[in-house]
Amino acid sequence: MNGLLSLPVLGPLIAAAVMLVARRLGAQRVLSFLALGISLLASATTFVRIWDDGVIRVVRMSGWPGSFAITLVADRLSSAMVLIATIVVTVVLAYAIGQRAPDERSSFYHPVYMVMAAGISQAFLAGDLFNLFVAFEILLMASYVLLTLEGTDEQVRAGITYVVLNILESMILLMAIGLVFAATGTVSMAELPERLAALPDGVRMGLHLLLLVAFGIKAAVFPLFFWLPDSYPTAPSSVSAVFAGLLTKVGVYCLIRTQTLLFPGELREVVVAIGAATMLIGVLGAISHRDMKRILSFHIVSQIGYMVFGLGIGGAAAIAATIFYLIHHIPVKTSLFLVEGIVARDSGSSSGDVVSGLARRSPMLGILFLIPALSLAGLPPFSGFLAKFAVVRAGVVDAQWVGVTVALAVSLLTLVSMVKIWVGAFWGQVEPVERASTIGVLRHQRTMGISTSVIVALSLAIALAAGPLYEYAMSAATQLLDIAGYVGAVRSS
Amino acid sequence: MSPSLLVLVGVLFAVGTYLLMERSLTRVALGVGVLANGVNVLIVVAGSTPGEAPIVGREGTLADPLPQALVLTAIVIGFALLSFVLALAWRNWTITNNDEVEDDLEDRMVARRADRTEKRGDERHREDVQQ
Repeated sequence: MNGLLSLPVLGPLIAAAVMLVARRLGAQRVLSFLALGISLLASATTFVRIWDDGVIRVVRMSGWPGSFAITLVADRLSSAMVLIATIVVTVVLAYAIGQRAPDERSSFYHPVYMVMAAGISQAFLAGDLFNLFVAFEILLMASYVLLTLEGTDEQVRAGITYVVLNILESMILLMAIGLVFAATGTVSMAELPERLAALPDGVRMGLHLLLLVAFGIKAAVFPLFFWLPDSYPTAPSSVSAVFAGLLTKVGVYCLIRTQTLLFPGELREVVVAIGAATMLIGVLGAISHRDMKRILSFHIVSQIGYMVFGLGIGGAAAIAATIFYLIHHIPVKTSLFLVEGIVARDSGSSSGDVVSGLARRSPMLGILFLIPALSLAGLPPFSGFLAKFAVVRAGVVDAQWVGVTVALAVSLLTLVSMVKIWVGAFWGQVEPVERASTIGVLRHQRTMGISTSVIVALSLAIALAAGPLYEYAMSAATQLLDIAGYVGAVRSS
Repeated sequence: MSPSLLVLVGVLFAVGTYLLMERSLTRVALGVGVLANGVNVLIVVAGSTPGEAPIVGREGTLADPLPQALVLTAIVIGFALLSFVLALAWRNWTITNNDEVEDDLEDRMVARRADRTEKRGDERHREDVQQ
């Protein structure tokens, strides 16, 4: 029955292969939803089972023994991540079809999108470092293509920065994995904790730093974040919504694994400092920009800081806060980018200088923006408040006063820049004036409106179910800290 | 572990890093290729003991096949990355007719705004001094 675990990876990959032959757009759309539907069912089943009994599920592909197989491992954290990632990917695909952007019409869009979905799932499930590297390459390669599919000059310019920076990241990761293998003779995550612990301190710290840099570039932490606000805004909104919601989170997920499984509790001060700096620099960048997509891109950086800060504090409560933050942030960020896409498609731009009076034309769109925006800033009763509260409480318990002060100030600055978007684009008179007669932004964009509402509803559901979800995050954190349990589960399977 | 291969890894890294930092895209593409090969050689040098080809039935010390399998995968990935960079460089050339990485418009606007504010601050300071 554990074979279910491989479906979120294999399903989309097989669909992508078929789509290279079946190039009719209608057929590709059906195939995409079919594959994602299967992954959705499989990941939901796995999630419910692991929620029930907390037993770590392990699959070795094609029955190879021990450390030779490609191993997929699902514990509480990764099963939750795979589920939420699959949900987001599916809904955004519906949105992309509704958006009728030129890139979705390309016969390469759907196969590449499926490959990316497979890569994301595989990264969350990877049971050894090299498999993780391959997963990264799969999703990065797909993201390169999606980012530059239209081939406009702006996309090519931003694409070059993105591609070169991520190639550098891949090389550092591969180098780190090669050196880990040289030092320990294994890349399996179940064998590494023991063997890494036996290494001399210097070697261990070197390997740890290399991995932190590689995953840090991917997660866009200070000072390695500069490629993100440069490249995300040029992609079509549906694509940047997935990038914003999921790709950086894969980096954070890997940082969590590094800090809890491979090098438990080491270099905590460094990670805390990086987290605080990331929060602050990200939000300052957001305040200095006027374009909605740019502002939102900088907020990704700033929000990543909160997660890294919580991770650096360490201990079950702080890591639980990080996990809760991670889960809450995916739908919030995705829905903000989706709203931006609706605005941009309607008005041709999403800069607060150009667009105005959207709330008057479509109150519903205003609500769809306001809920995730306030949640991002951390106002009660939304999920962002609970996530920030948990991180800050963990910081207070650990007496990280600088970090806590920064976290609170950044939350205020986040509100300031969200209000800036609100005042610029949603408030005020309808501009340009001739648009005042065409009432309703969402009327001709039903599919986009509905998919955005689904994601916003998901984030509201997270706020409503915060109690059980936080308990789940707590048990996931306890499971992460129980290294012997992980090692035992993988070995005995 | 052979010292000459170690030196080769160092040289490949140095050359690759230098080329990556160039503004011309052809050189960046070359840098990607060189760096990827540097990493591959590093894995082989650091990860495996030299020996006979690991085939069933061979005698003596066998080389560890695992790092070689890893490097095979890495070579394929490196090749794909290199070809994508070349495709991007070609597209960039057809659009802009040059081979360089462009600056970002929005970044330039923010930088200019910062410049202006700074200049204004300087002028005000000068006026204060004159008064």
